[in-house]
Amino acid sequence: MTVLSDRQRLSYIAAQAADARLNVELETEGMTLNIGPQHPATHGTLRIIARLDGEQVVWAEPSAGYMHRGYEKLTEVRTFPQVTTLINRIDWLGSFANEVPFILAAEKLMDIEAPPRAQWIRTILFELSRIANVGLFLGDLGVQMGAITPVFLAFRDREYVLNLIEGATGGRFHPNFDRIGGLKEDLPKGWIDETKQVMRKLRGFCDEMDDLLIGNEIFQSRTRGIGVIPAEIAKQYGLSGPNLRASGVDWDLRRDQVLPMAWDKVDFKVWTHPDGDSFARCWVRLQETREATKIVDQLLDGIPSGPIMAKVPRIIKVPEGEAWVSTENPLGEMGYYVVSKGDLGPFRVKIRSASFNNISIAPWVLKGVYVPDIITILASLYFILGDIDR
Amino acid sequence: MGLVDRGRMPAPLTKLFNMGRSYSMWVYQWGLACCAIEMGAAFGSPRYDVMRLGVIPLPASPRQADLVVISGTVTDKMAPAIRRLYEQMPEPKYVISMGSCANCGGPYWDSYSVTKGVDQLIPVDVYVPGCPPRPEALLEGIVLLQQRIKNEDMGAKWRGEDYTPIVVGGGRIE
Amino acid sequence: MVVGLSDTDVAADAPAALPGDGLREGIIDALRRDIGDALVDTHLVPNDDLWLRVATGSWRAAAESLHAAGFDYFCYLSALDWMPSPYGRGEDDPTAPPAERSTEIKQGYAGGETRFQILARLTDTTRHVGVTLKADVPDDMLAVDSWIPVYAGANWHERETHEMFGIGFNGHPDLRNIYLPTEFEGFPLRKDFPLLARMVKPWPGIVDVEPMPVADGEAVGEEAASAAVPDEDGAG
Repeated sequence: MTVLSDRQRLSYIAAQAADARLNVELETEGMTLNIGPQHPATHGTLRIIARLDGEQVVWAEPSAGYMHRGYEKLTEVRTFPQVTTLINRIDWLGSFANEVPFILAAEKLMDIEAPPRAQWIRTILFELSRIANVGLFLGDLGVQMGAITPVFLAFRDREYVLNLIEGATGGRFHPNFDRIGGLKEDLPKGWIDETKQVMRKLRGFCDEMDDLLIGNEIFQSRTRGIGVIPAEIAKQYGLSGPNLRASGVDWDLRRDQVLPMAWDKVDFKVWTHPDGDSFARCWVRLQETREATKIVDQLLDGIPSGPIMAKVPRIIKVPEGEAWVSTENPLGEMGYYVVSKGDLGPFRVKIRSASFNNISIAPWVLKGVYVPDIITILASLYFILGDIDR
Repeated sequence: MGLVDRGRMPAPLTKLFNMGRSYSMWVYQWGLACCAIEMGAAFGSPRYDVMRLGVIPLPASPRQADLVVISGTVTDKMAPAIRRLYEQMPEPKYVISMGSCANCGGPYWDSYSVTKGVDQLIPVDVYVPGCPPRPEALLEGIVLLQQRIKNEDMGAKWRGEDYTPIVVGGGRIE
Repeated sequence: MVVGLSDTDVAADAPAALPGDGLREGIIDALRRDIGDALVDTHLVPNDDLWLRVATGSWRAAAESLHAAGFDYFCYLSALDWMPSPYGRGEDDPTAPPAERSTEIKQGYAGGETRFQILARLTDTTRHVGVTLKADVPDDMLAVDSWIPVYAGANWHERETHEMFGIGFNGHPDLRNIYLPTEFEGFPLRKDFPLLARMVKPWPGIVDVEPMPVADGEAVGEEAASAAVPDEDGAG
């Protein structure tokens, strides 16, 4: 881990000042550039309206809503199991992780806890969805900077993880596997050994990404010092997950709160980086992917035996109350505020999705950067459109 | 080419053109949501490689594409963009609607902001059901489309005569 | 039973004390010192979470007080509509006469007197504690102060709450739609906004369309949604 040196910082500032001088001398005219909503470099249908002065952005704003499907309204007319099926599709790369906070909130309201075996397997699947999600991020990151190879490697290695998830749950993504009170089924035979092998392969993948991307000179010059977000601003905007940790804030919901999951039973390191620039965000995500493979290894060694589902009635009516649960999802902090009136379905569900906050900082951070840097910064902030737009 | 819309072309020439067209399609991916990831897996991953079918992904623009795969939820806000995309593609063009959101609105059928199926905007040739459909299902849709193209009458297609869309996995669209 | 941890159970090397109720009561006291009577109601779930309800006029003052007390992380801001939906769950038969439903407005934790309430959550990243804030929003004056001067991130959240519920935010520089197209009419998350697709073709509700298999191989018939089927245990 290297820190941006003073010399690098000064040279960046000097370069910006020189360009600003040139712009004044050249008498340019402003231009409004529309990036998206269909664009290979945005992770989906995000539209960025940028007002430019030459190559520099004067004002930029993401225009969300092209994938707005009205989740919060739909949850009001669905039953709890149906909501679980629906919310899988918010963060569609690491789907299992979306179900977990909602199920935990419903269990909190019902005052039941899933049996230990279910908690451990939930945690394992959660970390696997983190690896699937962030693994693809590393590939996408390359593609958005112009490096085409990493994305093919990422898709190839993601297939291993999707195989595992499919073996356990039946679905490559959108598993719909979590139930109030536990899980749908137990793990198949031989799954644990295969997962251990896949984790070894994925550590190799992380090393490959390290070689191809992080150490690459072009990558470093495109990401170091770009899009610096200081910790105070990050917290005000509610940035979460690796974005916050890359600005130096030591905040990880797996460690810093008590939940009926198995994270407190394993040792893991929370990676932070003091710089807060795009490179830091990418670097933290790579380390976290590696860390997730180690977490899965530890969890696999210690899964307790026992039932997979607590005693719950077949038709579930959750008692009246309000509950908030948030977890450290692959994209950041994802939480559900569930209001129940004792009915078959929730009364209101407020979905706090990580990417909404992550992208709300874009107007602030994109001021004064160059056009290619827009893509770099948004790539490093990492969002999934379903997560922004719900 | 006056040959195409006025009369029938000689059969060997039709067969040759059709075979050439079906094995050299350039696919524009209109990846919107989760299905886009499965489409990416089908097109970009070495496991479900689509290039072996003669279908190349990633054209530079819709004006160079023969086939568009609409994958993911179509919202009302996005609908004008899809219509414009379809009009930008040159004839002969084909549309594959991938996933239940693009087929009929899918799990969001009752939402206030979702278009209930992309066939409300553009004519669809192949429906690939699933949520998300496996990459193999999408490849099957492409193969079925290729088989139809091989037996196609280009004149009829140019005149826009009635066609029945294909549904992967059987089933009919009324 | 979710087992809570009291302060004495925390291991010596645990990160900055898992918050106990003492800490939460301290938060209530500090806020009461700052805004006094404007802290209308509180709800403390032991070893779990804290809900605070403040007066509508002190919405921003409460944010400033909590920000000064160490709540530096802005989680989210939204609203609640406590009116029960007149359309139920969208399962009504359109040909049958409309069903009778209760129209009683009953608020949740920390009480309330109005149909709309504004909801927000703040977290303290050093003391690892979070607090949920609510405030009544009266129907005749559907607006509160904006939080942007205190938490810059509230910008987008307030835009979303405005377009979904119609609640105004005084002092917001640019209150336009964020998700919906500009021409969209109505406020979708209000309970009296109907989902038209469900009114045209209602969902049949919980009905087992396929018969549920039972252990001895015989299938149970339809309408098994009513109680008579034995529960499925966890696979032991």
